[in-house]
Parts: sequence; structure tokens; C-alpha cells
Amino acid sequence: MIEVQNLTVDYGPTRVLHGVSFNVAEGESFALVGESGSGKSTILKALAGQVPDWSGAMRLAGADLGKRRDASLVRRVQMVFQDPYGSLHPRRTVDDTLAEALVIHGIQGRDAKVLAMLDAVGLARRFRFRLPHQLSGGQRQRVAIARALMLEPQVLLLDEPTSALDVSVQAEILNLLKGLRTEKRLTFLLVTHDLPVVSFLCDRLGVLRSGRLEEVSPVSALRAGQLTSAYGQELITRSG
Amino acid sequence: MTLLHVENLCVRFPSDQGEVEVVRGLTFTLGRERLGIVGESGSGKSMTGRALMGLIPKPGRVTADRMEFEGIDLRGLAEPAFRRLRGARMSMAMQDPKFSLNPVIRIGDQIAEALEFHSRLSARDRRARVLEVLQAVRIDDPERVYQLYPHEVSGGMGQRVMIAMMVILEPALMIADEPTSALDVSVRAQVLEIMDDLVRRRGMGLILISHDLNMVARWCDRILVMFNGQVVEECAAGQLHAATHPYTQGLLASMPRLDEDRAQLPVLDRALIGAGLGGRT
Repeated sequence: MIEVQNLTVDYGPTRVLHGVSFNVAEGESFALVGESGSGKSTILKALAGQVPDWSGAMRLAGADLGKRRDASLVRRVQMVFQDPYGSLHPRRTVDDTLAEALVIHGIQGRDAKVLAMLDAVGLARRFRFRLPHQLSGGQRQRVAIARALMLEPQVLLLDEPTSALDVSVQAEILNLLKGLRTEKRLTFLLVTHDLPVVSFLCDRLGVLRSGRLEEVSPVSALRAGQLTSAYGQELITRSG
Repeated sequence: MTLLHVENLCVRFPSDQGEVEVVRGLTFTLGRERLGIVGESGSGKSMTGRALMGLIPKPGRVTADRMEFEGIDLRGLAEPAFRRLRGARMSMAMQDPKFSLNPVIRIGDQIAEALEFHSRLSARDRRARVLEVLQAVRIDDPERVYQLYPHEVSGGMGQRVMIAMMVILEPALMIADEPTSALDVSVRAQVLEIMDDLVRRRGMGLILISHDLNMVARWCDRILVMFNGQVVEECAAGQLHAATHPYTQGLLASMPRLDEDRAQLPVLDRALIGAGLGGRT
């Protein structure tokens, strides 16, 4: 579903990604782990088309991702951000937020689609015309996930989707993501520094360090505490 | 020796729907030990820390049957007297160095401010003392860092500067409110280790406020678990896994583990726990 080959990104004179390559199969859940500055979020941004200056090759569902993307390609990939307090427009209602993508892409049936999506992410319908500040952190993250799913994408890019949430709310959102993935046959690319979250939600993981991919392993290796790279092991020790 | 005696501490704020009690009858004592207060957003843990420091802004109200620090009654203590305590005898570190340091004052001068207020050292002695404390928080080139502005240092370095600020007057009590949650995982342990080392070596009392159960269990001697403004569980840090209150058990169970094999994570039923406490949810 996602193919990344030799992806290199420069921010001015600084090279933040050094030829990263990996593939994610359809329906798979793949995690990128590493500390701040390792380049994990940059990979997501590049896939979402938010990095102007990159080289290498990225393919999505068999289609090459170029510098310009048409609407049909954009519709296949959606992103969920870390901070539910910062990623929703403070003066738009839940309904506006969810319907915006439909309007942009000229899709009909707004009413039914918004209601169906509220049900799918477990938000009561009475929240439809609320503003973000009237919602709790967990509810906002449900809105952010709902927004990403409105265009029925095949791929969800998740950038630390639960790290700003309380543990009990994190559990709810993780359960929701896991359920949605099965239900809607989504492919996940998750960025996180939280290894237990990877263990719960993912099939494979890639360990990034200073813009280089140190290893790619199945999650079973993580669970057994047997990542192959020294740096991967170091991350395990630290999260213990 | 007991540093802190708190009995029936309440913090209330007026709201449109009448008065809201955010801390409801908290009772605990603290010796020269490390006490962790854990709870989720809105549990009242941060308000507890602020109430002890006399930092609850009006129109909030703080009441207690007893609130004593080193034998001084903190209830209704006048602001000038509180100022003499804060920084010198008790100090607090906030969550995010980016927002807690003054962006237009050099780091060294900011740390020296507390000395200026509380001591009668000469400018030269103050400078020497600041460099010393920067070294104590493991900043290798204190001379350079002294001259920097807060935006020129990393988050981890910024938090070490905050800790330097807290300990420069060697207070008896240190309150750290989420000291590492704005930091990258890789530097968290380092910052906690520095703090822990200072607390042990100088025999301070520490209150570590956090939402992170594992972190608190690892770095504290004793833990209070707060929910809805009340303490629902008190235990030794090593005994956290044997917690008896359904809220604590629920929190522990809802965290994914490194060797996770559950298909679904158990979710807390807040209404149920709230009902058990006989309070609002």
C-alpha cells in the first residue's frame, strides 16, 4: 500500500532523512519509533505532501506520489495529529469540521455521512453542533479521527495520536483505532515514542535514529524484547 | 521529622453552577521523603501543589483544618510572609520550561533573582553560586549557559535550569508538577535522576505530581492516587501493583504493556467509580 524508497529530505542545509526505505502492506499497521528529531514525523509529512523538498520515490496504492497531487490521491491518505487541542479549528463546530472535506471534494449526502461518522467513532449525536472547547480531550481526538475518515481513505497517518491524552482516555482511543482498522480495512502508519502503544496497535515497526532507519522488525520481536539493533534495545530499556 | 501536615485541605472555585470543589478534604503528612501524587486531568493534583505554595489565584478559596509547613501555619499566611518562604524554604517546578522561564532575561540572571531576593550576597558571590548550582544539575559549561537566553537551550536543558532555580536556596520542600511531561523520553530519565540525586543528598522532601503511574512508582517512596479531588488510594511505591481501589486498578489495567497481547484495553467506567465515592463525576 505504501512504498517508500530512498526518501531523503533536506531542510535548508540540514539533511533530516538519509535515504529511508520501507514498505507497508495493505491492511497492515506499521509504526515508526524514535526520539524527537529522528525524522519520524517528517516521513509522515512527506507522505501527506507537506514537505516541499524531498528526493527518492514514494508510491501509494501503486500510484507515484509526485510534487503535485490530484484530489483522488489526496483522498486516499488522511492524517491524525498529536494534539487534539491544537488541530481543530476553535470556531468551527464538529459538523463544520467533518463536512469541510466533503464540500472541498464535492461529495453529496453531507447529513447522513456526518451522522454515520459520529456513530462510527463513538460520539453521541448531540455533540454534532458543539465547538471544540466544549469537548474533552478524548472527544476532540475522536472528532479528529472522524475528520480524517470522512473521505474514506485507505491509509491513516497517525502522529502520536494518544500522547496528549490521559491513560484511561488513551485506552479508549486505542481501542477505537484498532476497531476502525478492522472494520474499514485501513492501513496505519503510526509515529510514536511509546513502545507499549506499538505493541498494542501495530504489526511491524521501524526504528529511526537521526534520519536513518536502523531496523525493521515484527512486533513479536518487540514483545519479546529482542530488537536486532543496539539502539532498538536501548529504547526498550528506557521505556521499561 | 515531619515537614508538612495537611488535614482536610479544600480548594474551591466559584462558577456559574455554584461553587466547584476541586480538592475535597485532602489529608496527608510529608517527611523528608519522596511523595508521588498521581491522577488524571482534573483530579485536583496540580491544585493541591499550588495550594501548598499559596498560589491559588482569586476567586479560588483554600481552606484546611490544618496546613503546617516546618511548624508555620500556612492558612491565611500574608503574602509577604509567603514570599519569604517560597523559593527559600519550599519551591516548585512547573511543567514546561518554555513557558515558565522569562524569555528576555539571561538564564544566569534569572537563577540569581531568587538569591537577590532572599540573601545578602554580593553580585560576585551570587554569580559564583549560580555557576555552582548549574554544575550541580550537570550542565558542563555553566559559564556559557549563564549567558544564554531560554530560547537558546533545549527542553531538557531548560528543565535542568528550572531545577537549578528551585534548589539554589536549598529549600526543605520541592514540589515538581509534571516536571518531565514536556520533555522527550530520552532526556526524562536524566532530569529525574538529577532531581532525585539532589533530593537525596540534601535531604529534601519532594512532592512529585504526575499523571504517569509508572514514573511515580519508580521515583517515589509513597504514592497518593487522586480522583475527583480526593485521595482514593495511598500506598508504598513498590506496592502499586497490589492497589485495591477500582480506579487505581482500572488505570493500571488500561495502560498497554510492552508485551501486549490483549485484543482490547479495559476502559474505566467513570460514572461507576464516581458513584462509589458518593461525589460528582
